[in-house]
Amino acid sequence: MNIALNVLLFELALTFYFIATIAGIIEIFRGTKSSSRLALYLSVMGFLFHTANIVVRYVEGGHIPVTNMHEAASFFSWCVLILFFFHEFRYKLGLLSSFIMPIVFVFMFSSSVFPREIKVLSPELQSYWFGIHVILAFLGDAAFAMACGIGVMYLVQERFVKSRRLGGLFQKLPSLQSLDEINYHLITLGFPLLTFAMITGIIWANSAWGTYWRWDPKEVWSLITWLIYALVIHLRLTIGWRGRKAAILSIIGFALIVFAFFGVSLILKGKHVFM
Amino acid sequence: MNILVIGLNHKTAPIEVREKVAFDGGRLTEALHMLTAASAIRESIILSTCNRVEIYAAVSDINSGVSEITKFISDYHAVSGDLLERSLYIHKAEEAVRHIYRVASSLDSMVVGEPQILGQLKDAYDAALNIKATGVYLNKLIRKSLSVAKRIRTETKIAESAVSISFAAVELAKKIFDDLSTKSFMLLGAGEMAELAARHLINSGVQDVYVTNRTTTRAEELAREFNGKVILFDNFPLELRYSDIVICSTGAPHYILKKDEMHRVMKERKQRPVFIIDISVPRNIDPGINDLDNVYLYDVDSLQGIVDTNIQERAKEAQKAEKIVDEEISAFVQWTSSLTATPTIVALRNRAEEIRRAELEKTLQKITPLEEDKIRSIEQLTAAIVNKLIHPPMAALKSEDENREQMLDLVQKLFNLEIKSDNHDKR
Repeated sequence: MNIALNVLLFELALTFYFIATIAGIIEIFRGTKSSSRLALYLSVMGFLFHTANIVVRYVEGGHIPVTNMHEAASFFSWCVLILFFFHEFRYKLGLLSSFIMPIVFVFMFSSSVFPREIKVLSPELQSYWFGIHVILAFLGDAAFAMACGIGVMYLVQERFVKSRRLGGLFQKLPSLQSLDEINYHLITLGFPLLTFAMITGIIWANSAWGTYWRWDPKEVWSLITWLIYALVIHLRLTIGWRGRKAAILSIIGFALIVFAFFGVSLILKGKHVFM
Repeated sequence: MNILVIGLNHKTAPIEVREKVAFDGGRLTEALHMLTAASAIRESIILSTCNRVEIYAAVSDINSGVSEITKFISDYHAVSGDLLERSLYIHKAEEAVRHIYRVASSLDSMVVGEPQILGQLKDAYDAALNIKATGVYLNKLIRKSLSVAKRIRTETKIAESAVSISFAAVELAKKIFDDLSTKSFMLLGAGEMAELAARHLINSGVQDVYVTNRTTTRAEELAREFNGKVILFDNFPLELRYSDIVICSTGAPHYILKKDEMHRVMKERKQRPVFIIDISVPRNIDPGINDLDNVYLYDVDSLQGIVDTNIQERAKEAQKAEKIVDEEISAFVQWTSSLTATPTIVALRNRAEEIRRAELEKTLQKITPLEEDKIRSIEQLTAAIVNKLIHPPMAALKSEDENREQMLDLVQKLFNLEIKSDNHDKR
């Protein structure tokens, strides 16, 4: 009965995210100056079902549901949405949902193709470091996902301004400066989260397996993304790599995260494989 | 009753004629009194702006209305009928309604979509309303035209984008920077268009203003005007590193800012974005600068290009707006036809009969059984009461009284009568 409930909640969330994504994309091409908030409302609806789904799985499994690909991708979307809602209400950026909801949907959709059984956490992984490590890592990556979406918005808007063709989309997108600044804020939020996730991961690995660092593929890729974002921050502070270059780097950074997420788990395998 | 528009505008009359027939705002009341004193004119409004002078009237007879209004204009302003004949346009009935809707929605304006005309129309209407120069017809028509204008504004993009170079510049600045009030602005050289753009920027919140010019006195003059600081012309490349927005119009015959120079400036600025508007012809700023990251360079042609596209865009939107006008005209025409007496009389009688029947049935149900002839006499009694009650209003509606339209409107409202698919304002 419970399995049916969490599946139902998941499907409802996925459906709402799908409609929200479509509404967001239509909004990009609709020529009006004021943008509709339909995509936002739809995503809020989806988020409510999604939250219920996660709670049900948490109760059922007794741990944060991130132990297989289905759960991990779904939990990641959920983290992105939390940050998305925060930014939507804090900054009211026009068209933000049009650029973030596709990311959310892609992760939710990939989540839906993986097996959905609820697994019991193996004893070696049972530790309160698990919760801390996972939440830090997922929120950090979610911040980078947001930075990527906003980076894309920046590149689109920058294209309009540079090419001197100002369409309806130009009117609706926020100013370059605010996009650039929020992109940077997100990276400076994601970076310490990722750093602490790695530290807690190291501590946890030591308590679970007795070694701090095993050159597990996921660990290597995390290190690479960590270095990329360290570089983004460093270049910005020293030689002013902002705007277009920062936007491109934040997109590359997130592409690496996506690879680490799916690629490493599915192709390279390792301890972090979500079963 | 007929609606009439007589007037002239920027398309039919040159400024020399328009200024002769313009109505002085202070003496509008007097003019309206004179106008409504004419025998055929029941209601009137005078709209006088720098681009148009128009009289809107509800007249009892079209032909005498036209001649009375034209005579009024030529008498009041002491201009020859000949001159007027060449410039005046006359719109009657439906066409008059269309014209007023188009004026209110700024479809008839010199710059289509500019919003001032709506306020001017409201003022003209208020002036007429205050001295009761308007009545049922024009009140309804003007209110309706205001709502048509609002509908067009929300449903089309007619007033959206900038249609002047200086506004286009401000619009761009707002899409490059988040908050203009924290940005530093340098005016390099002085030209009329540069000054205008600078003024728009300052009106949009720019506070930190620097002015430089080859002749220092001119720079000082402008600095005073814009509440800015003067910098030495030769120092401007050094000052550039502090400027976020630059408007350039020096009249120099060559580039005064080259790409490699700007490249250096950008390094010094740590790549903080710069918006440069080069209004000078020949251009003063190396166009290659636009290739640098975080530098956004616009020259006169590229701004004009934006303005042109926006104007084309407005023309397209204007077509959509015309369709809305068409729709709304029929709504108004339906309303006026509802003001003819017959439908109202029928509706009033039906309403009364409806009430009588309903109440009668209720009572009869309570007091049955009753003999046939008693029922009949109760019926007769109720019919007599109702008929006596509605007789005077019906007689008045049928009369040729000159306030008949007002009465019709009033009766419809008092008895809450639905006349056809009429479009009463729900406000």
